[in-house]
Amino acid sequence: MQIEMRHVNKAFDGFHASRDVSFGVESGRLAALLGPSGSGKTTILRMIAGLDSPDSGDILIKGERVNNLPGSKRGIGLVFQNYALFRYMTVADNIAFGLKVQKKGKHEIKARVEELLELISMKELGRRYPYQLSGGQRQRVAFARALAPNPQLLLLDEPFAAIDAKIRRELRRWLKEKIEMVGITSIFVTHDQEEAMEVADMVIVMNEGAVEQIGTPENICRNPRTGFVKDFIDVERFEALRLIGKKRYKENS
Amino acid sequence: MPRDAERTYEQDVSGDGLQSLQKVIDPHRDEGSLGVKCALIGISVLFLGIMLVLPLAVVAVNALREGWEAYKENILDEYTIKAFRLTLTAMFFAVAVNTVFGVAAAYLLSKFYFRGREVIAALIDIPFSISPVIAGLVFILTYGNMGWMGGFLKSHGIKIVFAVPGVILATIFVTFPFVFRELFPVMNVQGREEEEAAALMGAGGLTIFRRITFPHIKWALLYGIILCGARAMGEFGAVSVISGHLRGKTNTLPLHVEILYNEFNTAAAFAASSVLVVMAVIILIIRNLVEMKKGRKAGGR
Ligand SMILES: Nc1ncnc2c1ncn2[C@@H]1O[C@H](COP(=O)(O)OP(=O)(O)O)[C@@H](O)[C@H]1O
Ligand SMILES: [Mg+2]
Repeated sequence: MQIEMRHVNKAFDGFHASRDVSFGVESGRLAALLGPSGSGKTTILRMIAGLDSPDSGDILIKGERVNNLPGSKRGIGLVFQNYALFRYMTVADNIAFGLKVQKKGKHEIKARVEELLELISMKELGRRYPYQLSGGQRQRVAFARALAPNPQLLLLDEPFAAIDAKIRRELRRWLKEKIEMVGITSIFVTHDQEEAMEVADMVIVMNEGAVEQIGTPENICRNPRTGFVKDFIDVERFEALRLIGKKRYKENS
Repeated sequence: MPRDAERTYEQDVSGDGLQSLQKVIDPHRDEGSLGVKCALIGISVLFLGIMLVLPLAVVAVNALREGWEAYKENILDEYTIKAFRLTLTAMFFAVAVNTVFGVAAAYLLSKFYFRGREVIAALIDIPFSISPVIAGLVFILTYGNMGWMGGFLKSHGIKIVFAVPGVILATIFVTFPFVFRELFPVMNVQGREEEEAAALMGAGGLTIFRRITFPHIKWALLYGIILCGARAMGEFGAVSVISGHLRGKTNTLPLHVEILYNEFNTAAAFAASSVLVVMAVIILIIRNLVEMKKGRKAGGR
């Protein structure tokens, strides 16, 4: 297991945001944390990243307990929901920030930034500022910035929520492709079942701070284990989507 | 929350303030009748004339009534210069202390959630709602010979009331909220996420402040400092109570003006006033420059 949560609990002022959360994601997998808004998905990402600490339970990365390790030492890249780009830095400086902090050499930084700009197809836009970019471009920059220091785990909080519905599907496929290309273990948060089913290898369904079910998209659709999962996931829609997806896949290849 | 792609960071940061002002004075907008427009302009001009221009003209005329030589002499008068120096000293301390305090408080209240945030925010605003005279009295009751802290201070040989430290303290008190008030909304809008992103990449606190927080707040900070300085310069009530009006010792420029005026030394009073007016005009110009920058540059570069 690349990342594992064991019986994690977290409360804010008596409000239980995480209830006995346990799951694991194997190396190289792309997992989705799926649940309605307020179900505690962001809280889990923040705890994995070390921005919040659990009240009880363990967080393990590659089998080692990291509860007391500061976030910056956990080898994690995080893409925030609103990207949180450094608005007073250019795209290139945003991507370079993590490397500069690590005091990498100038040439190394430059090479890495160019490599990443190429990865996100924004080679010509390195000198722009975030406010000069479209939503989709901002998201790609956030993605590149998170990848720059070569993390072993990538976390993405609602990566498509702020994107135009029109290009959302396109960007979704793009992101999946890049993540597979880089080969990094990733967890992304979404409240959109379609997104989770289409993109993820495994889905963790959350409700009111607790894990309802874990499995592959098919698995969850075929055997919804609780009433909540049955209600939340629209099986017919999923089947239709899968057919469309297969057809499109054939057409593309 | 999806961010409107058309909306720039600039607007998110500083609101639509300047743009909406521009709409008001946009000459191409001529809805409404000409008559209303003229009447409104007339009223505004008349009001500004009576309330601002006329008094300033009176200051200038009276200061120069006995000629340039007398004016120069009045300004270079020993006690006027001493009062001027004390005013600058009080301004300096007020700005320095309240800048440090304002940044710390705005940071605390905008980036951390804890019980009692609202109480602290309300406490910081107290100087805005308390009459400065009462503030001065409270200081006397606290730090004066008969006050709660009086005995302690006396036994340590510290004099606050009717001395320069009292003047400085009163000025700090009165100008307390300005920097905080300017910074807080700006920091609130920024949120914590950029800082968290930087921290996750291993940046230390100082780097984060220098590269992420400061660029965001610098114009608001400067604006707050200017407001704070302007208020410190003009403060009368609190300082008047606590200073004891010791000429050449605890008199600030506004107090000195009052004393000269009460002594029927009108020309000297107006000469000293003119120094305050000139300082105010300088601050006003800087303020407008900063305000323009604050609006325009909020997007970075
Ligand atoms: N810092 C916090 N202080 C208090 N309550 C919080 C905090 N963070 C999250 N919560 C609460 O925890 C619940 C789960 O939040 P979150 O993890 O953001 O859900 P999701 O990302 O699934 O929408 C929400 O009800 C939210 O109000
Ligand atoms: Mg969330």
